[in-house]
Amino acid sequence: MSKTNEAQVLCQESMALLKDIVKQHGSGGRKDELIEVLNEVQEKLGYVPYEAQKYIAETMNLPLAEIFGVVTFYSRFSLKPVGKYKIAVCMGTACYVKDAQKILDRFVELTGVQPGETSEDGLYSIVATRCIGACGLAPVITINEDVHGKLVVEDVDRLLEIYK
Amino acid sequence: MKTIADLKAIKEKHIYDIEMRRDHGVHKTDSVGNDKVRAHVMVCSGTGCTAGGAEKIITTFEECIAEKGISEEIKVVKTGCFGLCALGPIVIVYPEGVFYSEVKLENIPRIVEEHFIGGNVVKELVYPETLCKEDNSILPLDEVDFYKKQMRLALRNCGLINPDCIDEYIANDGYFAIAKCLTEMKPEEVIEVIKASGLRGRGGAGFPTGLKWGFAAKADTPDGQKYVACNADEGDPGAFMDRSVLEGDPHVLIEAMAIAAYSIGASYGFVYVRAEYPIAVMRLQRAIDDAREYGLLGKNVLGKGFEFDLEIRLGAGAFVCGEETALIRSIEGNRGEPKPRPPFPAVKGIFDRPTVLNNVETYANVPPIILQGADWFRGIGTEGSKGTKVFAVGGKISNVGLVEVPMGITLREVIYEIGGGIPNGKEFKAAQTGGPSGGCIPTEHLDAPIDFESLTALGSMMGSGGLIVMDEDNCMVDIAKFFLEFTVDESCGKCPPCRIGTKRMYEILERITEGKGEIEDIQKLEDLAETISANSLCALGQTAPNPVLSTLKYFRDEYEAHVSERRCPAGACRAMTSYHINEDCKGCALCIKACPADAITGERKAVHVIDQIKCVKCGACVLKCPFKAIVIK
Repeated sequence: MSKTNEAQVLCQESMALLKDIVKQHGSGGRKDELIEVLNEVQEKLGYVPYEAQKYIAETMNLPLAEIFGVVTFYSRFSLKPVGKYKIAVCMGTACYVKDAQKILDRFVELTGVQPGETSEDGLYSIVATRCIGACGLAPVITINEDVHGKLVVEDVDRLLEIYK
Repeated sequence: MKTIADLKAIKEKHIYDIEMRRDHGVHKTDSVGNDKVRAHVMVCSGTGCTAGGAEKIITTFEECIAEKGISEEIKVVKTGCFGLCALGPIVIVYPEGVFYSEVKLENIPRIVEEHFIGGNVVKELVYPETLCKEDNSILPLDEVDFYKKQMRLALRNCGLINPDCIDEYIANDGYFAIAKCLTEMKPEEVIEVIKASGLRGRGGAGFPTGLKWGFAAKADTPDGQKYVACNADEGDPGAFMDRSVLEGDPHVLIEAMAIAAYSIGASYGFVYVRAEYPIAVMRLQRAIDDAREYGLLGKNVLGKGFEFDLEIRLGAGAFVCGEETALIRSIEGNRGEPKPRPPFPAVKGIFDRPTVLNNVETYANVPPIILQGADWFRGIGTEGSKGTKVFAVGGKISNVGLVEVPMGITLREVIYEIGGGIPNGKEFKAAQTGGPSGGCIPTEHLDAPIDFESLTALGSMMGSGGLIVMDEDNCMVDIAKFFLEFTVDESCGKCPPCRIGTKRMYEILERITEGKGEIEDIQKLEDLAETISANSLCALGQTAPNPVLSTLKYFRDEYEAHVSERRCPAGACRAMTSYHINEDCKGCALCIKACPADAITGERKAVHVIDQIKCVKCGACVLKCPFKAIVIK
C-alpha cells in the first residue's frame, strides 16, 4: 500500500463529514458497523482515503490493517477518487451476449481510460460493472445516476458529447 | 399499535382498490370514502421502467388528469414489476386491464383524452399481443401469451399494490399469516407446515426450508439469542428476481422473516442487500419504518407478546457474499470469506448464534403457505420440486423480463410461448441457467422439465433464476470464458484451487478464443475442472468449472473448431473473424457513416471496401446495412 500510504491530508469539509459518519454509524464501537461506515464514506467522499481509514481505525478501535483488508475486499470501495463522470458499463450475461464488450471497448478507445481507472484530468472513470439487473435494457450503462439502455456502438460517441 | 381487528378494518377499507385491479371489480367506494373512482392507472416503477422514465410518467399522468378535472375519478398508482421489462415503461389501466407498452410522455395527453375521457382505448399504443387477432378487442391479461402459462405466487403483489403503501399490502391479506401464526399456531406447528409444503430454498442449492428452520429451532444458544437473515445479495449476472420482489412487495419479506423468527425463537433479523439496488433498499427501509409504526415490528407484535425487529445491511460488491457463511462474515463486518461447514449457520451463524438464512424468493412463498396450507402448495409443481420458480429471462429473446412459472414446465414453453422466441429470425442455441455456477442447455433438451433434479442432471442447475438465452451468433467458448472471467474476479482467494485454478482455466480459454489454443488444452481444462471442484471450500469454487464442463459436454465441436481449424463457428471471437462487404452492396454509404473507425471507403453506388487494418470489428456496419451485404468470415 505504498502509494496509498502517502499522507493525504483531508480538507476540513471532508473531515467534518467523516466525523459525522463515524459518529452516526460507528458509535457503538462494534466491528459489524464497519462496512456501514465505509459505505457512507465511499458515498459521501467518493472514495475511502488512507486518512479516513486511519481515523476510523482510531475512533472505532480497530486495527488499520483490518480496515484496509475490508476496503480492498469489496469492489464498491475505492482507494482513489472517482472521476466527475463515472461510466459503468454493465457486463452481466444479458448485456454481454448483446455486445456490451464492444460498448466498453469504444469508451476505452475514445477516452483512453482503461476499465477500473480514472482519466488524468479527473473527468471520466470507467468501470466494467456487475449485472445491474436492468436486463430488459441490455446492453445498458450508467453514467453517474443516469441509466442509458439498448445501446449500439455509435451511441457511445454521442454520449461522450453530452457528458464532457 | 395495530391489533388483528385493526388489520381487518384496514383490509376492509382498502379491499376495493385491490379488487378493481385483481378481479377487475366493479367500482365501489374506495379507501378514502371517494365513490367516484372509476380507474386505476398502474405505473411500473421497477428498476427497468424507472430507468425508462417511470417517475416522469407518473407526474405527467397526474398533471394531465388534474388539468382535465378528473383527479377524483382516475387514480395514478406506482407499483412493482409487471415482468415484461423489454417493453418498459409499462402502464396498466384497471378495471379493464389495458396494457400500454413503451409509454412515451407525449402519448399521455392522448391516453387521458381518448381513453379516460372518451372511453376509447388507444389501441395503437397498446401492447399488440393484448389485442385479439379476430376482432381487435382487448384480451384479458391472463389470456396473453406472456402471462397465460405463468403463475404469480412469489410475485403476487408485484404490479398489484403500491409497494410504499402498507395498507394495500394488508388489503391483499398481508400480515394475516403472521397473525395466524401468533394466534393459532405453536412455533413447531409453523415449521411442520413449511416442512410439509415441500418448499425448497430458491437461492440456488434447493435445501428444504422447513428442515433448516427445524435445525435452528432445536439449536442451543448460550444467551437465548437467535437470528433470522435474508440473503438479498443477488449477484448472478442476468438475475433480478429478488430485486423485483424487494421493489414491488417489500412487506412480504418482513412478514415472512417474522414468521421464521417466531418459529425458531429469534427476535432479531438482518436483510443483506446489494448496495447496487438503491430503489429496493429505499422501499424496504420505508416498509420497515411503516411496519414499526403499525407495531408489526417491535417489542410486542400485534399485541401478542412476540418481539421482532430487523435492519438492513448493505453489501459492498462481492459476489462471494451470496454464499451463506461469507454473507454472515460480511454482516459481522469482515472480509466476506467463506468458512468451513459444519457448523452450519442454523447451529452457529451470525455472532455464533443459530441463524436461519433464506433467500428473498423463498421468504416470499412463506405467507401464502401459512394461509393456504401445505397441501395447496404441494399441489403445484413436480414430485421433488414444489411450487413455482421466478426466472429473469434475458439475452436473445423477444420478451425479456421476469416470469414466474410452476415447476415442471419445459424450457421450450418458457422460451417460445412465454418468451416469444428468438428475435431477428435467429436460431436458438442454448439457454444458460444458474449463472456462473450453472451451465448451458442445448436445443435437444428444450423439452426437459424445469425442476431442481432435471436441471442438475443436464449439467446445469436451477440456480437463483437467471435464464439467459443465446442464439447462433453467440460462441460457447466465449461464453465459458465470460463466466470464468467472472469467477476469477470474484474468487475471494482463500482456497488456492479456486484462486489459481480458475485463473489458469481462464488463460486457456483466452488462448483458445484468440486462435492460439492447442488440442491438449481441452484435456487441461477438464483436469483443472476436476481439481477445482474437488478441492474448493465453498460453492463458488466447487461450481466454477460448470460453465466450461457443460459447454464442453454439448458444444465440444466448437472448442475443436477453435483449436484445430482456428475458426469460430459463431463468428464471435474477434481474433478469428473479419468483416467483408460482398456484391450485394448497393453503395448507399450508410455503413461509412456508421463506422466509428473510418475503416470503410467507397464511391456512391459502388461496392464499398473495409480496411482490415483500421477495422475494430465492432459490427456497427452490419446493423446499419439494409442489404445484408456485410458478412463475417
